[in-house]
Amino acid sequence: MADLDGFRTEIKGWLANNCPSTCQGKNSVLPEMVWGGRRQTWPHPDARLWFDRLVEKGFTVPTWPKEYGGSGLSPAENKVLQEEMSRIGTRSMLFNFGIAMLAPALMEFASEEQKRLHLNRIARGEIRWCQGYSEPGAGSDLASLRTRAVRDGDDYVVNGQKIWTSDANVSDWIFCLVRTDPEAPKHLGISFLLIDMASPGVSTSPIELISGSSPFCQTFFDNVRVPAAQRVHTENRGWDVAKALLNHERAMLADGGRGSASGGAARKSLLQVARQSLDAPEGRLPDAAMREELVQWEMDRICYEATLKRTMDAAKAGKGMGPEGSMFKLYLSEMNQRGSDLRQRMAGHEALVWTGDDCPADERQITREWLYGKASTILGGTSEIQLNIISKRVLGLPGD
Amino acid sequence: MPLILSEEQVQLQDSAKAFVADNWTVGELRKLRKDTGKGYPEALWQKAAELGWLAIPFAEEYGGLGLGFAELGVVLEELGRGLVVLPIVSSVVMGGGALRLGGTEEQKKTWLPKVCDGSAVLTLAAQETSRHDPYAVNTAAVRQGESYVLNGRKVLVPDGHAADAVIVVARTSGAAGDRSGLTLFLVDPAAAGVKVHRNLLLDSRVAANIELHDVKVGAGAVVGVVGQGAEILDQVLAEAAVALSADMLGVIQQTFDITLDYLKVREQFGAKIGSFQGLKHRAARWFCEKELSKSIVLQTLRALDDKADNALQLASICKARLSDTARLAGKEGVQMHGGIGVTDEHDIGLYMKHGRVSETLMGDAAFHRNRFAELKGY
Repeated sequence: MADLDGFRTEIKGWLANNCPSTCQGKNSVLPEMVWGGRRQTWPHPDARLWFDRLVEKGFTVPTWPKEYGGSGLSPAENKVLQEEMSRIGTRSMLFNFGIAMLAPALMEFASEEQKRLHLNRIARGEIRWCQGYSEPGAGSDLASLRTRAVRDGDDYVVNGQKIWTSDANVSDWIFCLVRTDPEAPKHLGISFLLIDMASPGVSTSPIELISGSSPFCQTFFDNVRVPAAQRVHTENRGWDVAKALLNHERAMLADGGRGSASGGAARKSLLQVARQSLDAPEGRLPDAAMREELVQWEMDRICYEATLKRTMDAAKAGKGMGPEGSMFKLYLSEMNQRGSDLRQRMAGHEALVWTGDDCPADERQITREWLYGKASTILGGTSEIQLNIISKRVLGLPGD
Repeated sequence: MPLILSEEQVQLQDSAKAFVADNWTVGELRKLRKDTGKGYPEALWQKAAELGWLAIPFAEEYGGLGLGFAELGVVLEELGRGLVVLPIVSSVVMGGGALRLGGTEEQKKTWLPKVCDGSAVLTLAAQETSRHDPYAVNTAAVRQGESYVLNGRKVLVPDGHAADAVIVVARTSGAAGDRSGLTLFLVDPAAAGVKVHRNLLLDSRVAANIELHDVKVGAGAVVGVVGQGAEILDQVLAEAAVALSADMLGVIQQTFDITLDYLKVREQFGAKIGSFQGLKHRAARWFCEKELSKSIVLQTLRALDDKADNALQLASICKARLSDTARLAGKEGVQMHGGIGVTDEHDIGLYMKHGRVSETLMGDAAFHRNRFAELKGY
């Protein structure tokens, strides 16, 4: 403990000397999140300055080893760092798919040279990554993907098309599953490639969703030359990397779901929406069916949170829960979806208006969230795929 | 409080598992259908008392162990897994609980040591209506000098036929449905004017309907404050609801385990039926509901022990969730077994029956959803 106290003092001192006052407290100039990459812009020069200082100390990814751009902190030290930052109302803002999904897979499968190059770039926020997994013909059956990579000297030549590549149009590099052996059984002919989106022959085109937003793209590869040194892990064994990465993705989606549409702390609670639309500012809600649904949803949320807490308590005590991660992705996405569906129905007529000069922004947002939420039970493995995973890996039921 | 078992609680769980394995098989339930006595195995009751389980939630000065619901829940879950019939919820949680919460020193000294050592069985007679409705009390208690005269009819009193003392919820003022005006009385079932009807329930447990005809009790029979019985009643019914939830958690888990085993061995169309998505996806969803159920039971047991502000809300969430999951387990357990599932020879139906009784007692899911909303003010 004495060591930790010393560390805390050190951190306090460092924060006092390095964190600009404009980057602290409620009115700080920090952006909500820094995705990093070549297109990163800064709302205020102090935010940039603070970010650079965090990078210099390895505090964007504090628990990573120093040689990969982290600070090599133990979990206990990291907790101290987070506590001290939160005490002065500041934070390390970097979050992206590179940190949450690619990096853990690189740590496990990449060569030392690849780790040093790419992990450092991720830690410094230099490169924003996107994920090239799904294809028009390979959704839930991901392993049937057909984007081809043919070896030609020191390069692969890649041809094909990816879909649902989140933010591909603003990303710098893509981690990509490609077919390197079309003759082998489908899981055994796939390789994992890292591709610079600036390479000649790469193009993207946004997909407009039913909610009106376009967070996803299609990405096309037309004779794109990729150095073979950018392949992670053995040729034709990319599926091992893909599976590990999917686990990290599920964990990320279950962890409060940055990929879901549930954000927006300032929005009204379901009860507030019900009270407003029923014109019932207090007392028992006059619509019994709506009241029942509201109760059911609130109860489920509390039971879900208790389950998350139980899992974390078990992990702290050294008793992991195992592949139940699928359970969290399944349950959270369906519960959030049910919540935004209920919210939209409760809001009633006003939530039917798409645009207009007499339509409150709240209601428009309610409808867009409901529509956007439809993706949450599909992306990252559909609910049906999650059920397959639970029945196979958790329950031990035979495959079909 | 972490939502995992402490080392001591794991030991208690092991001991409860061994108790069930060594002393009981679910087949005993079929024999109990013909029983006309106490309706539970008295030798096991004695063993449970010797293990200290009946003394868990009571203070040491009354012969108790000074432990809490977290521990009692561990025992009830394992007994639920085995469908062991013992009057723990009625005597320890309901009757004993009412005295623990509101009894006079004399009442506690007289009865709690006997509850703890199993030499007496207590219960609570609250219900009068077909559906659980704690304040719908018509049973009247009229003051006559130093005594009260009770008239009314109570239904579905758990183990009421075997009780040595019954805590009766009666009305000293107001009208049926009022929260105020309720008073709890300690009544001797052998007293003049008490008529006990023994009813065998569908799951081999026993409950009684109790008629009270001009039953005279002294002022010393009042438990708690006259007219403010709801203060005790709300808490004791919440505790009973949580105790039944722990029991259902055991039932749900055992039903799941038995059914999962069956999905792995039963073959049709040349394949294990557990390989069909029509069944395995349902099993996976049931698994999720089971895990959520387990979490809320652990959380609520601890909230009762901590006397948390939201303990009554959690009790209603817990009972609603476990009632729903018990219903799912009973339905899926029988359905996934196919034809054998609807025979009396197979055990799966026994679990469904027990689940249905625990689901309904102390308020079903609909009751507790309404109660939760009322507690939350909507």
